[in-house]
Amino acid sequence: MSDIAIKVEQLSKRYRLGVVGTGTLSHDLNRWWYQLRGKEDPNLSIDDSHKHIAGNQYVWALQDVDLEIRKGEVLGIIGRNGAGKSTFLKLLSRVTSPTSGIIKIHGRISSLLEVGTGFQPELTGRENIFLNGAILGMSRAEIRKKFDEIVAFSGISQFIDTPVKRYSSGMWVRLAFAVAAHLEADILIVDEVLAVGDAEFQKKAIGKMQNIVCNSPKTVLFVSHDMSAVRALCTSSVLLNGGRIEMQSSVDAVIARYLTAGISEGRQVSWNENNAPLGDGIRLHSLRIEDSQGTVSGSLSNTSNLIIRISYTLHQPIPNLRLVLSVISARGVEVLTSTSHAAGSADYHTTGKFEASCCIPGKLLNIGHYLLRLRVDVPTEQVIVPSFEALQFRISELDFHQYGRIVPGEPSGLIHIDAPWVVQKKQES
Amino acid sequence: MKTILEEKALPDYSVSEDNKHQNPELQQEDWTLIIKPQSSLFDLQLAEVWRYRDLMLLFVRRDFVTFYKQTILGPLWFFLQPILTTVIFTFVFGRVANLSTDGIPHVVFYLSGIVLWNYFAECVNKTSGTFTQNANLFGKVYFPRIVLPLSIVVSNLLRLGVQLLLFVGVWVYFFAKGAQITINAYALLFPVLILIMAALGLGLGMIISSLTTKYRDLTFLITFGVQLAMYASPVIYPISSLDGDIRMLILANPMSAIIETFRYGFLGEGTFSWALLGYSAGFSLVALYLGTLIFNKVQRSFMDTV
Repeated sequence: MSDIAIKVEQLSKRYRLGVVGTGTLSHDLNRWWYQLRGKEDPNLSIDDSHKHIAGNQYVWALQDVDLEIRKGEVLGIIGRNGAGKSTFLKLLSRVTSPTSGIIKIHGRISSLLEVGTGFQPELTGRENIFLNGAILGMSRAEIRKKFDEIVAFSGISQFIDTPVKRYSSGMWVRLAFAVAAHLEADILIVDEVLAVGDAEFQKKAIGKMQNIVCNSPKTVLFVSHDMSAVRALCTSSVLLNGGRIEMQSSVDAVIARYLTAGISEGRQVSWNENNAPLGDGIRLHSLRIEDSQGTVSGSLSNTSNLIIRISYTLHQPIPNLRLVLSVISARGVEVLTSTSHAAGSADYHTTGKFEASCCIPGKLLNIGHYLLRLRVDVPTEQVIVPSFEALQFRISELDFHQYGRIVPGEPSGLIHIDAPWVVQKKQES
Repeated sequence: MKTILEEKALPDYSVSEDNKHQNPELQQEDWTLIIKPQSSLFDLQLAEVWRYRDLMLLFVRRDFVTFYKQTILGPLWFFLQPILTTVIFTFVFGRVANLSTDGIPHVVFYLSGIVLWNYFAECVNKTSGTFTQNANLFGKVYFPRIVLPLSIVVSNLLRLGVQLLLFVGVWVYFFAKGAQITINAYALLFPVLILIMAALGLGLGMIISSLTTKYRDLTFLITFGVQLAMYASPVIYPISSLDGDIRMLILANPMSAIIETFRYGFLGEGTFSWALLGYSAGFSLVALYLGTLIFNKVQRSFMDTV
């Protein structure tokens, strides 16, 4: 037990979207009254918190995260944007409080989140070292003890009595990192701080991090999109996806999963008992993209219709069940969204096995990579399966384009549709 | 989410902050810190605030130093502002409007009111911006948020100290000139007055700062409101010049008794009663208590609403 530094149990964080305040005063007062007495928020039900919450108003940034981090472990947290990494760190560093769940921490925790916050432009470097150190939780005595080390590490000793507003951004970052890196803490939260400064400084920063990691029994939580830094520093790793822990394993295994199998690339994906997206009363079996010929292999042409087939089983009748499909471009732009309610009658809500299909016509999407995102919900009532990227597909064959005889490498634009042209000579009058 | 039920059955370890070695039962799971969705509002975590006292002092220092950075007159500004206000008040309210000052020389009368009122007003104004102005910092690092309002109250205390020097100088000058001002035993109440004002400014400021996280209009209202409130307190006129309903109304202002008591102690004229002072003290304590509760509640969730 005693070698656990951080224990996270069933941690969830829900954000509310939209305008806060107006029209919800009674809601606010009600919640306030319960919180005043230290009771559970009545707006959070116990059996299934999102059942009673209007579907689109809330978003779960983290859901039911269980994690144990041992002392001395250097844990790399990776995941795509929006996977919940920052939320997780914010909860750990107490910037915001969880919606449900509990975090138990053994030892002093400090974060090295986005360096430079709390720097006061008018104050000198020296004064800022003290102020910043104190903001990060050090006492003045501790900072004084480390002062020379901090200045030496930052490499700006000749400017230490200059107001930091006259510093270049590089000097600013060095100083900030120097303060943060010399924190007296048992647990250190590091978020993307190594991605700043010039190459030489980065090398120094990684060296310092390795130093921290090797020479002291510090527990480090490290978030980065730089896989080489994660590989260099971490002893184990966790992959977050859609607010859940997708994988916790050795660094190499997690990185491999993140880079290649984060989303399965191809034209079909099927789920078994273990990896099916979770949802109440629904079990998703597979999703595939057929071309006009009904095949799911080979390359896709930009003239081919895309028939997306989703097969699933309902274990209980879900009135008004809706499947929401979105096509996202490789750059993260949502190209289109369509829902199964377009099928008209919603008779498909009884128990049993189903197949839903949706046809995205050809001559619409440009060539390139796309993500297919799926969500299952009951509009305005309940999110059954939260949005997830089901698969990644590629339209590779350019059988139609509007560039005339000259074949371009790739038509520009998000979509490439058949937009009829008429060119006429105007009658002079 | 059945586990929420199970969690409720767990013993509450949240007391383990400092006494973890005293309780042998907690040895198995002696966590330093437990983060939970909702702890009771009344859990103010004062021990933690104490651990961050160095931060508070550094904030005070920052406020003080940045105040006169890149100014020509530097710390002289601490004097100039009350001096200029006093001159204008002496002219407008003393000469032109010819308002009574209980027979006290105008300059000493106005200066005493202005110095005290400034302290209170600055506390309220600065504290009320705690959340909105520091959202960026609060969003990135944790420290007990209450450290900031506390540092504002303390740094204004320094400012008040400096301005009191000015007051003492002016007082001595008029006393030597033989003006009708006498210091008496009630001047010993001065530290109490400061405490009441600090509590009042801090309490009101915290209430407002918590509300501004949701309703931004308050920010505009408050600067304006505090300015107007000065006229509803005996800064430019003595209580003795009022009677009837208006007198009751002005006395309902908790700052009234403070300013009057100060004048009574240092200048020998003014309206003093223990009941009025007691009312001010009570009002301040209630404001401070409410302010702390609301502030404590908002600091937990405000990053999600700002």
